[in-house]
Amino acid sequence: MQEDDVIREFLIESSENLNRLDQEIVELEQRPHDKELLASVFRTIHTIKGTCGFLGFPTLEKIAHQAESLLSQLRAGERPLSAQLVALILECLDAVRKILGTIEATGKEGRDDYLQLLHQLESAARMPSAGTVAPEEAPAADSLPAEHEKTSAAAESAIRVDVGLLDKLMNLVGELVLARNQVLQFTTQQEDAALNATSQRLNLITSELQENVMKTRMQPIGVVWNKLPRLVRDTAQACGKQVRLEMDGADTGLDKTIIEAIKDPLTHMVRNCCDHGIETAEERIQAGKPPHGTVTLRAYHEGGQVIIEIADDGSGVDLPRVKQKAVEKGLVRPEQVEQLSEQEALDLIFQGGVSTARTITKVSGRGVGLDVVRSNVERIGGVVDVASTAGQGTVFRLKIPLTLAIIPGLVVTSGGERFLIPQASLLELIRIEGDSAGKIERVHGTPVYRRRGSLLPVVFLSQVLGLEGKSEDDATNIVVLQAEEHQFGLVVDSIKDTQEIVVKPLGKQLKGLQVYAGATIMGDGDVALILDVLSVGQRSGALQNRQAQGRADSQVVTAQIADHQRMLLFQAGSFARLAVPLSLVARLEEFPQSMLEQAGGRHVVQYRGGILTVVSLSSVLEPDSPNTAVTRDPVVVIVFTDGARSLGIMVDQILDIVEEAVAARQASKRHGLLGSAVVGGHVTDFLDVRTIIESAAAEWLDPDHAGKGASVLVAEPSSFLRGLLRGELEMAGHRVTEAATQDEAMDRLEHREIRVVLADMDLPPLGCGSLRETMRKQPNLARIPMVALASSAEQIRERPEGLEDCQVKLDRKAMLASIDRLAQAVNGAASEVAAAIEESQS
Amino acid sequence: MSNAETVTQYATFVVDELFFGIDVLRVQEVLRYQKMTRVPLSPAVAEGLINLRGQIVTALDMRSRLGIPVRGPGRLPMNLVVRTEEGPVSLLVDEIGDVLQLDQSTFEQAPENLTPAARELIRGVYKLKDRLLLVLDPDKTLEVDEFFESRTQGSRQKGVLPKWQD
Repeated sequence: MQEDDVIREFLIESSENLNRLDQEIVELEQRPHDKELLASVFRTIHTIKGTCGFLGFPTLEKIAHQAESLLSQLRAGERPLSAQLVALILECLDAVRKILGTIEATGKEGRDDYLQLLHQLESAARMPSAGTVAPEEAPAADSLPAEHEKTSAAAESAIRVDVGLLDKLMNLVGELVLARNQVLQFTTQQEDAALNATSQRLNLITSELQENVMKTRMQPIGVVWNKLPRLVRDTAQACGKQVRLEMDGADTGLDKTIIEAIKDPLTHMVRNCCDHGIETAEERIQAGKPPHGTVTLRAYHEGGQVIIEIADDGSGVDLPRVKQKAVEKGLVRPEQVEQLSEQEALDLIFQGGVSTARTITKVSGRGVGLDVVRSNVERIGGVVDVASTAGQGTVFRLKIPLTLAIIPGLVVTSGGERFLIPQASLLELIRIEGDSAGKIERVHGTPVYRRRGSLLPVVFLSQVLGLEGKSEDDATNIVVLQAEEHQFGLVVDSIKDTQEIVVKPLGKQLKGLQVYAGATIMGDGDVALILDVLSVGQRSGALQNRQAQGRADSQVVTAQIADHQRMLLFQAGSFARLAVPLSLVARLEEFPQSMLEQAGGRHVVQYRGGILTVVSLSSVLEPDSPNTAVTRDPVVVIVFTDGARSLGIMVDQILDIVEEAVAARQASKRHGLLGSAVVGGHVTDFLDVRTIIESAAAEWLDPDHAGKGASVLVAEPSSFLRGLLRGELEMAGHRVTEAATQDEAMDRLEHREIRVVLADMDLPPLGCGSLRETMRKQPNLARIPMVALASSAEQIRERPEGLEDCQVKLDRKAMLASIDRLAQAVNGAASEVAAAIEESQS
Repeated sequence: MSNAETVTQYATFVVDELFFGIDVLRVQEVLRYQKMTRVPLSPAVAEGLINLRGQIVTALDMRSRLGIPVRGPGRLPMNLVVRTEEGPVSLLVDEIGDVLQLDQSTFEQAPENLTPAARELIRGVYKLKDRLLLVLDPDKTLEVDEFFESRTQGSRQKGVLPKWQD
C-alpha cells in the first residue's frame, strides 16, 4: 500500500473513532463508573496514539498520549471523573480532529503546537498523588481481550467499499429495473407460460436486488446522531440549561446522499430545541417540571419514507411572539395576523427573520435557520412540519424519502406525449365529471378551480409546454401539486398509472429547460420526460417567480407592500361590499336626515359654509331599483373634494378601512363599477368614481371647468388599474386617454394632443423603454415627458434610461406631483427642458 | 501510404448535398432511425431523445444545425452517435458513408463562400477525387443551448443563432 493510502485509511478510521468517542465520553459523564465504557474510550485513544506515532505525527501523538494517560488514571480509579476532566478530554478530541483535518487537507500536521492544551493536560495528569502506580491494572486488562475479540469478529464480517462503486451498482440496478419493466410489459402480450414464469421470477429477483443494493448505500441515521450528544451538552452548557438527549431508532437506515443532506438541518433543529425550546432549570421547576429538559430524537420507517421526530418538553412555541415578530419583519400585516390559524402562525417560524429567542446568543436567535432547514429538506423531496403545545413542548417532524435514485412517478399525457410527475409533489387527483363537480372558472383571465371552498390556481400543461392539448372546456383531469409552500392544479389530458422511475439527467443541450427534472425510460422502451413541478408552476405564473435558491423573501415582501392599497369598504343598496381607494376620499360624514334639503332636483346639505351636493349611490348603481328613497337616519356620506368643489355620495353603511394587496381582479361592465376584486377574503366591487360623478355632477369633469388639468395618456395593460389611475387623475382635474399596449399608445399619441405619458414599466410588448424609444423617433412626440409606473419600489431601480420620472403605481400623491411638474415644464419652456433632457442623455 | 501522423480516419455522412467527415475516434456508433421522444420548448435543433440501450441520448438534427431546409417527408434520418465528455449525443444525418483514410496533403481551409452557419462548424475540406469532404468540428456542432430558437415558439427557418461577436 502506498503511504498516501495508509494515511487515508488512518484518517477514515480515526474520524469514525472520534465520532464514537464524543458519544462515549458524554455517556461516561453520566455513568462515570462504567468500566467497560471507560475501557472502550481508552482503547480508542490508544489506537489513535499508536497509529500517529507510527506515521510520524508528533503533535498528534503528544496530545493523544496525554489524553491516554489521563484516561489510564481514570480507569485505574486513581481519580474520579469530574466535569472539568470531561471538558479537557473533549477539548483534546477537538484538537485531534482539527489536526486530522489539516493532515487531510495538506498532508502535514500544521504549525499549531497546542502548547497550552498540552500544558493543561500535563498539569491535570500530575494532580493525583504522584508515584502511585495503578494498583488495579489487572482486572481492567482482563476485560480487554474479550472485548477485542468481539470487535475484530465484527471487523472481519464487514469490508470497506468505495462509495463510487456503490453508486455504480445503484445505477446498474436502476437500469435493470427499467429493463425489467420493459420485459414485463412485453411478456403480458405473450402466451408462453414458461416465459411468463421466467419474467415473473426476474421481476421478483430484480425487486429484491434493488432493495438490497439500496441497503448497501444505507447508513443508520445514528451516523449523524452520534455527534448530537456532544452538541446538546455544549449547547446546554452555553445556555446554562440542563438538557438530556434521548434517541430512539438510531439504526433506521437512510440513503447515504440523504444522510449527508439532512445532517445540517438536523443539527440545527436539535440546537434550536436546546436553545429556544427548553427552559432554564428555574423556569422548569416553577412550571412544575423536572429541572432537566429532554430532547427526544425518534426515527422510523413509515410507508416508504423515513420519519424523524425532534421533540422537546420545553415551553412550546411562543405564538404571540412569533406573530409579533412576523409583523415587525413585514411578513404579514397586522390585521392579517389575527386571522391566521394556529398552524399557519406556527408555520411562520419557517420564514426567514422570525426568531423567538429574546436574546441573540452565540448559538441562535438571529432568525436565520429554520427557513434554511425547510429548503434543504424540500430539496431532497422531504417535508418538515411542526406541532407545539404551550407549556408542553414542540415536535418537529421530517418526512424524508428513502432514496433519491429510484422514485415513484405518476404517468400523465398531454398533447399526445407522456410525462412523469414525481409522486412526492403529488397531493391529489381531481376528475371533473359533468356539471356536478364544478369546473374551471376564470378570475380576471386566470383559471382557478374551486376545491373544497378555496380557489386553486390552475395550469394547463399543454399551454405551459406549447403543445396541442384538449381544449380548455374539455378539461377533466386535474393533478393537484405541491411546490414549496404553494399548491396548484395541473390540467392534463389523461392520467395513466404510477411507475418506478430512475431519474436520468438531460444532456447539456437541454439543461437550460428547467421545466424538466430529467427523463426516464418507460416500460415500452420509449423515453419520457419528468416534469419539474416547481418550474412548471413558475413558468405558468401560477406561482410567484421566486429565485430558485436562497428565496428572495425580502423582495417579495416589498413588492407586496408596494401593491398595497388603503381602501374604504362600505355597503349601499344591494351591493354588500363596495370599495373605493381611500386616497380619493376627503372625509366621512354623518348628517341627520333633517339636514338634507332639495335644490335643483338634488339632495344638498349645508356643509362647512357651503353647499354640498349629495348623491345616493344606489340611485346611480341601481336606477331601476324602487327603493331609492333616503331611509336612514343619520345618513352616511362619503365626501370627495377637489379644491373648492365637493361631492357627497350617500351610502348605507361604512364597513371598514383595509390596507391590502388587491388580488384577482375582474373587470365589470356594470355602470358605475370598475370591477371586482378580493379584499379581505371577500369579493368586493370597486366603485368607478368618475362615472358616479359624471352622472351626478357633470360640470365637475368639464374640461374648461377643470382648468389646470393636463391631458394625460395612461398606458397600462390592466384595465382595472387603468380605471383606478383614471379615477385618480380625473379627480385631480386631468383629462385621461387610455391605452393598453405600445401600439395603442402610439395611436393615441398620434391622434390626440397629449401632455404627459404615464406608462407601466411592463407595458406590452417590450416595456415602457421601448415606447420611449419609439416616441423619440417621431419629432412631434419626442419631447412629451414620460412617467414610468413601477409596480414596486424595487422595480424603480430597474427603470430604463431616458425617462423623465418613475413612480410607484399606487403612490397617488407622488404621481400627481410628478405630472403637475412635468406638465408645467412643458407649458413653460417645453423646448428648453426637452433639449436639456436630451443633452443629459447623450 | 504516408506515415501515420498525417493520416486521419474519418467516418463520413451526407446531409442534403453535403458530404461530411468526422474524426472516427469521436464516433461511438451508427444506428438506423430510432424512435424519438420530442422535448417541448427545446431548441428546434434538438429533435428529441432516444433510448440507446438504457441510456438517454439527445438527438440533434444536422439539417437544422446547418440551416438546411427540413428533410422531406418519408425520409428517415440515421443516427451518428458521437462521444462527448458528458456522454453520447446523436447527430441525425441523411445517409451514412464509409470510413475514409485521408492524407493531410489534400486538406485545405474551408472556403469563404460557405453559409455562415456551416462555416462555423467546419474545420476544413479534403479534396477527394470526385467530391469534397467537409470536416466537421464535433464539439462546435454540439454547442447548442437554450438560446437556440425554441421549437414551439419560433419558426424553424434558422438553425444557427446569429453570432454577436464581430
